[in-house]
Amino acid sequence: MNWRAIQTLMRKDLKVVLQNKGVVLPILLLPLILFIVIPALVLFLPAATSSAGTTDLAELLALVSPGLRDQLVGLTPDQAGVVFFLVYMMAPLFLIVPLMVSNVIAADSFVGERERKTLEALLYTPTTDGELLTGKIMAALIPAIVVSWAGYILYSVVADLAAAQIMGRALFPNPLWNVIAIWVAPAAAGLGLTSMMLVSVRAKTFQDAYQTGSLVLPIVLPDRPDRWRSLLQHLAGAGADLGCGSSTPCSSTAARPSTAVN
Amino acid sequence: MTDPVIVTSGLGRSFGETVAVEHLELAVQAGEVFGFLGHNGAGKTTSIRMLNGILTPTTGSARVLGLDPMADGPRLRTRTGVLTETPSLDERLTGRDNLTIYADLYGVPRNEVKARVDELLTGFDLFDRADDKVGGYSKGMKQRLALARTLLHRPEMLFLDEPTAGLDPVAARQVHDMILQSTREQGHTVFLCTHNLVEAQRLCDRVGVMEHGKLVALGSPRELGRQLVTNLTVELEVDPAAVPAALHALEGSGLVTSAGQQTGTISVRGASHAEIPDLVIALVGAGIRIYGVTPQEPTLEDVYFALHGEQPATRNHAEVIQ
Repeated sequence: MNWRAIQTLMRKDLKVVLQNKGVVLPILLLPLILFIVIPALVLFLPAATSSAGTTDLAELLALVSPGLRDQLVGLTPDQAGVVFFLVYMMAPLFLIVPLMVSNVIAADSFVGERERKTLEALLYTPTTDGELLTGKIMAALIPAIVVSWAGYILYSVVADLAAAQIMGRALFPNPLWNVIAIWVAPAAAGLGLTSMMLVSVRAKTFQDAYQTGSLVLPIVLPDRPDRWRSLLQHLAGAGADLGCGSSTPCSSTAARPSTAVN
Repeated sequence: MTDPVIVTSGLGRSFGETVAVEHLELAVQAGEVFGFLGHNGAGKTTSIRMLNGILTPTTGSARVLGLDPMADGPRLRTRTGVLTETPSLDERLTGRDNLTIYADLYGVPRNEVKARVDELLTGFDLFDRADDKVGGYSKGMKQRLALARTLLHRPEMLFLDEPTAGLDPVAARQVHDMILQSTREQGHTVFLCTHNLVEAQRLCDRVGVMEHGKLVALGSPRELGRQLVTNLTVELEVDPAAVPAALHALEGSGLVTSAGQQTGTISVRGASHAEIPDLVIALVGAGIRIYGVTPQEPTLEDVYFALHGEQPATRNHAEVIQ
């Protein structure tokens, strides 16, 4: 492998991709909304629960699996709402970021290259097909992972600040989210990339590819956050209690993976 | 004669039922400018792809610079430079970025990249706009930048695919000059794909004419003209006073003649190259002194149309020299 060529291809793709507003806007806007705006909404939770009463929240929590419900035992309704929202509900949404970032960069890198008719000159260089593919894969994967990790740090700060008054202690860093960021986010980035590589075979324009590739989002996102929890518990090792790290305020009741699986 | 730098043997490529290139037999010598002529879709670009190892042939084989393009493609491409049919530049990047990236991809030593990029930008008169995005360049500038890119790694052989397509005459002339300079001063072998016959006439030592994927003619423009064009115009210069006698003497040739009475120039249309001595013998036999015999050398355009059954005399019927 010629790593100089791979690095150059990656640098080139990123330079070109970052000139496209259609790529840069979603890469910037989605993380801003997910990692700043949405966790900041927790500031309004007490007002919302006091006006709606605790019945709605209790009804919602009654729907979740017993394994997850156990994690909320001993918390006040507001605290339970904050933990449920910031730790569990947002976890699958966090994965949209690596998925989308890799997806949109790959769309521009693979299909955009063909659309701009710049691929042929690359093929005439001494670069092998494998190096070309590796460079393009890295150009999509690395930014997706970096944005996810930076987003996790940002989210942790914003979420802890927003929830400080209700929780009285920091919720993040959180073992569940650590596993998601370190293990699942790169996998989600890989999924976004793979789906786009499949789409790129037939797509003629960047827009076609991006729109078709985005269809993968509703397919992979879980319908219930507790499904992720059970999956992650299996990934992290049998019996691991992902939601209750030393910095989390959850009850000490051990998670029950067998009952959490639905 | 040195060993040829391109040799193909029965080289062919099909896409499904469509035959793009069929049984191509070719030998190109080092240092020559070889023209590969043909209309759009004749198989020129497909041939370049196979010769550089980015497209697998379905039949036959090729050797370029002593290497098998399919087995040694990456190594071969360090020694060839290809100007693609479209400039294939990243228009969102600057001219300098485009060259720097390709210098890295071609493996130019890191400590030489900047100097070589600057040298080419200056040589191709692009230095002042080097840090502008290529999207804002004119078509001629883009083509010059693409040509500069093909020279970054100092290749031994250049493949130029329609290098002047869509350029205005001034920009086309600049590109022609650069091609001639690169062959004369640096000894590059040039494989020039074009359907511009004037360009091929001006630049090429030899040409091959492709037709529906087949090589239908091969040779120097002059050789092909003599082989294929049978309707030459020959100008014979005689004493003006002897023009009527000369026309009478040439009646037996059965060729169309016209004469300028004042200048003593007789134009004979429709002669083949082999008939020129007969015309001279007919005049000398009639005691007419000849001051000049000038066959109008057929152009590649004449050759090209002759391959399609059209000879210059019939094609340019209205253009009778007076």
